[in-house]
Parts: sequence; structure tokens; C-alpha cells
Amino acid sequence: MEDNKELLKKNLQEQDEFEKNQVIMTPGQLVAKRFFRNKLACVGVAIIIVMSLFCIIGPFISPYGEYEIFYKDMNTGVEHRMQEELDMSQMGINVKAPISEAHWLGTDTDGRDVFTRLMYGGRISLTVGFVVVIIELIIGIFLGGLAGYYGGAVDMVIMRLVEVFYSLPFIPIMLILSSLFVGYNISPQYKIYFIMIVMGILDWAGVARTVRGQILSLREMEYMQAAESTGIKTSRKIFKHLVPNTMPIIILIATMDIGSVILYESVLSYLGVGIAWPYASWGNMANTVTDSIILKNYPNIWAPPGLLILLTVLAFNFIGDGMRDAFDPRMKR
Amino acid sequence: MRQYIIKRVVVSFIVLFLVSILLYSIARSVPGDYVANVTGGNPNITPEMQQRMRELYGLDKGIFEGYVSWLKDALHGDLGTSFKYQKPVVEVIKSYMAPTFALAFISMVLEILLAIPLGIIAARKQYSMTDYTIVAIAIMGISLPSFFFASVLRRWLSIGLGILPISGMVTARANYQGFDLFIDYAKHFTLPIIVFVINGIGGLLRYVRTNMLEVLSADYVRTARAKGLPERKVIGKHAFRNTLIPIVTMVGGMIPSLFSGAVITEGIFSLEGLGRVALDSVYNGDIPYLMGFNMFIAVLTLIGTLISDILYAVVDPRVRY
Repeated sequence: MEDNKELLKKNLQEQDEFEKNQVIMTPGQLVAKRFFRNKLACVGVAIIIVMSLFCIIGPFISPYGEYEIFYKDMNTGVEHRMQEELDMSQMGINVKAPISEAHWLGTDTDGRDVFTRLMYGGRISLTVGFVVVIIELIIGIFLGGLAGYYGGAVDMVIMRLVEVFYSLPFIPIMLILSSLFVGYNISPQYKIYFIMIVMGILDWAGVARTVRGQILSLREMEYMQAAESTGIKTSRKIFKHLVPNTMPIIILIATMDIGSVILYESVLSYLGVGIAWPYASWGNMANTVTDSIILKNYPNIWAPPGLLILLTVLAFNFIGDGMRDAFDPRMKR
Repeated sequence: MRQYIIKRVVVSFIVLFLVSILLYSIARSVPGDYVANVTGGNPNITPEMQQRMRELYGLDKGIFEGYVSWLKDALHGDLGTSFKYQKPVVEVIKSYMAPTFALAFISMVLEILLAIPLGIIAARKQYSMTDYTIVAIAIMGISLPSFFFASVLRRWLSIGLGILPISGMVTARANYQGFDLFIDYAKHFTLPIIVFVINGIGGLLRYVRTNMLEVLSADYVRTARAKGLPERKVIGKHAFRNTLIPIVTMVGGMIPSLFSGAVITEGIFSLEGLGRVALDSVYNGDIPYLMGFNMFIAVLTLIGTLISDILYAVVDPRVRY
């Protein structure tokens, strides 16, 4: 009898200890653990961190400016900067200079430092990516949330709107709209903002559709009945209880979309309707690849921007893939 | 079920109508119309002559009236007359559609044939070296701007190695006949198809992989394995078949992007297809053709959504009508 009690006590003690030693992970930690198990996702995070540092801090370190043009003395071959007092009759613009200590990636067709422009271009390209995604998220989450929660006529109208925006061919529309910008004499400085807004407006449909689909199933959940019974406001129900639960998928879409927006920006530059001169973006720098002379003889001008686009978009995709696998417990094998 | 389908079709027509309004007003709101573009710089053209031309082209009407008359004709199957080609838009589309359709069709078949097996292999060996390699290469393909990739390929294969022609559809002045002509076409189309396939395969492959992963962890797959079925059968019969529906809907969604992507690819390789003409028509202000092309893509997109929605409803009884 005594023995038995002793044994029981010991057992309980052991159990307590076991529970104490066991690491209890929050769902967030579980997701993070699964995410960082994916090596590609880790590579993606590393790339994005390096790129951001390069673009944000780089311009402060670089001795040159974004539009700074370099001159070369035609007789001596000595390079001069724009700010110096120059005898212009002796000077030519130092175009397509080879890789040197002063210009790590040479200069481009207008005599500007390629390496420095890559930093500024990255700023623009990443900014465009983030801003467009934020715009599309705001519109998409708002309309998708309304459609999913109310259903019925509201859903019908919003979903038809989604289909309308889905069916608009992106490239022709951007081409037409940008000739509109030209027609109304919008300066390149403001054109960037217009491009971002237009891309955001053309892109929200996918977000709205996904958010709606999620909310349709979430609103039938029991916790929503509980929320209902407390009698809170509808807007609070949608944006405080439903939308936050769609966050994983929203973050996922956002990550993937930043990459695709950067790509689209470059395609627009190729068509001549993207970020305009004199501003640099990776897209319009990569566009030099279409000049056959540059393509043939100056890989230092066309290759780096293309490579940076590839790496960045790749990284966002890796992260997105990693997140999808991490968020979804069914993916665990 | 039938009611659901009818309802969806009717709704699609309403959406199409809204799309056409949007497209038309955007196309018309551009300052400087076709007449101004064509006559610009010609000192012999008086404003009166311009006015007459505008009447002829129907550009004198406002956006609203213009739209109404476009819609009336369109409902009768007449998409108007292309300003630039001076032929009915339907005929212009017919005469330029062969390269575009060939490109889209071949690329899609290749994409499917490559993406499905590779996606399955990647899913079966999740987190292995094979998986990482396949996924990394596939994503690299979608991470490159198509024009950039195309230019590099041309530099390497056409200019550098001289294996493939740089651009165009046939070798000029070669006058090939029969089989030689076919080979010539094939050579010219190789690069554009490579660009299309590499640029498009990532999305599908990733989708196959994700769906496969999901299915592979399902109970019935475990059951099939427990029964002692060979792995080949478990994958081919039990797992893969259950991923087919999402894959079919995905493929349906890919079609419109193949055609809108043609605008870029055809431009680069100077293929005389619908996309290239569309690009020109934007610069020229050839509104009837532009409307025709844009509506074509819109119709494709809507059909894609419609089919995928209906398929889902057929397969998944939980979908509410």
C-alpha cells in the first residue's frame, strides 16, 4: 500500500518535470521554425536584407550622385566631375567607361556611374514594389472583407467588379494610360506616383478575391458566433475579428506581389512607359539590354541591373514559398 | 446546377459589358487621336480636312456616343474597321492570329508536360536537394523580366553561337518550300517558345508541387501505402488524380496571360502576330483594333474564370449555388 502511494507520487513528480522541461511553442514560433527549416527561404531573407542595405545605405556611402555626369579631358584622358570648373571645349562626356577603381561598374551611355545608379534604382524599384502592394492591399482587403462578410447583393457587386478588373489586359492599359500622362505633361517626378497608383488600382482584384474566400469560411466559425453575441459593431467584427485571421495569406500574397510588381515595372520601362529619365530604376537600367551595341560589348552596363532584379524577385518568391509551406500545417510531411 | 451555370454565363456578359465601357473610355481619353497622328507634320492638311477625316473614322463623336455605336456594331459581330489597315478588325485579327496561337499553344503544352512531372518529383522529395534545385530553377524563370531574358538568349544563341535566327518568322529571300519551310519556322519560333516556357513554367510547377504536398499527407494516401501498393501506383493513381482539378483550373487561368504576354515577346522577336499589332495600335491610336484585341483577352479571361468556377461547383458539392 505504502509502496504504491510512493510510486504514484514519484510518477506525478516525473510527469511534472517532463512538462516543465518541454518547450511549449506558440503557433507563431512553430511557423517560424518551419519557415527557417526551408533553406531557400533563408536564402531569400538574406538576399532581401543585403539588397535593402545596398539601396538604403549605399547612396550615403557612394561619393557620386544619381544624375552626376562625368567628363573626360580629351587630351589627357583625365576624368573630371561635374562640379569642377571645366573648360568645356576640352571636355567630352565619359560615356561607357570600363570598370575601374573610380567606377566599379563603369559608366553608362550618359556618362553616369552605373554602380551608384544601381543603388538609387533599387530604391525606386523596391519603393514601387512596396507602395503598389500597400495600395492593392488596402483596396483588396477592404472590398474583399465587405464582400465576404455581407454576402448577397454586396458580394455580387464587388465580385463582379473583381472580375472586371481581372479582365483588363494590364500591358495595353498601362501603355494607353502612360500616353495620357505624356499628353497632360506630367513631369517624370510625379509620373512615378501615378504609375504606382495605377498599378495598385489595377492589381487589387486578386487580393479581394482571396480575402473574400477566407472570410466566407471564417465567418461560420464558432468564435464569430461568440463575437456576434457580444453585440459589437459590424466594422469591428470584420476588421478586428475576421481580417486579422486572414493575415497569413495576406502576407503571403503581399510578398509574392512585391516581386511581380518589380518585374512589371521593368517591363513597363522596356515599353518606354515606366520610370522616366533622369530617374534610375532597375527596370530602365536593364532596358539597356535592348541596345545591340551595349548588349554585345558592355555587359557591365546591362548585366548588373538584370541580375539584381532576378535576385530580388527570386528572394521574394523564395520567402513566399517558405511562408506558404510554413503557414500550412498540412504541408508538414 | 443548370441554373447556376446559366446565372454565371449571364453575369459574365454583364461583366464583359462593363469591361468594354472601361476599355473604350480609357482608349478614347488619350489626347491626340489617330487623325492627329497621321496628319501631324503635313502642311497640306487643313483643320477642315482633319474634321472630315474624324467624321469618317467616327472620332468626331463623344466618348459616350462613340461607345454606343461601337457596341451596336459589336453586337452584330462587327468590331469596326481598323484605322491603320483599312480592313475590318475581325479580318485583321484572323490574318495575324496564326503565329500568336501557335506560340501560345506550343508553349502551353510544353509547360504542362514539363511542370507536372517536375512538380511531382519536387513534392515527393520535399526539402531535398532535388526539390531545392527544381524549385529554384523554376522560380528563377519567373523572376526574370521577359525582355531581358530574351535579349540575353539572343546574344548567346543567335549572335554568339549563330545557331538560331535573331528575329522574324522566316528567313528572308530563302523561299523554302514544304518541309524546309516548316524547319525554318521551327527555328524562328524556338527562341520565343523558350522564353515563354521558362517564363511561365514556374507558376504551374509550384502549384503542382503545393497541391501534391497537400494530397500526399492525406489519409487515403497513407491507406494506399499501408495496403502495400507500389509507390508508382500511390503517386499516379491515388495522389496525382486528386490534384488534377486544381491543376486544370490553373491551366485555364494561364491562357489569357499567354496572349497578353505576346505583346512583349512578339515585339522583341518581331513576329507578325496579334500582340505586335496591338502594340503598334496603341502608338497609332488605332482604337477599333485595340478594342478588338483587349476584348479578346477579356473574353478569354472570363471564359477561364467561368470554366474554373463551374468545374469547382461540379466537383465540390460544398460550393453554394
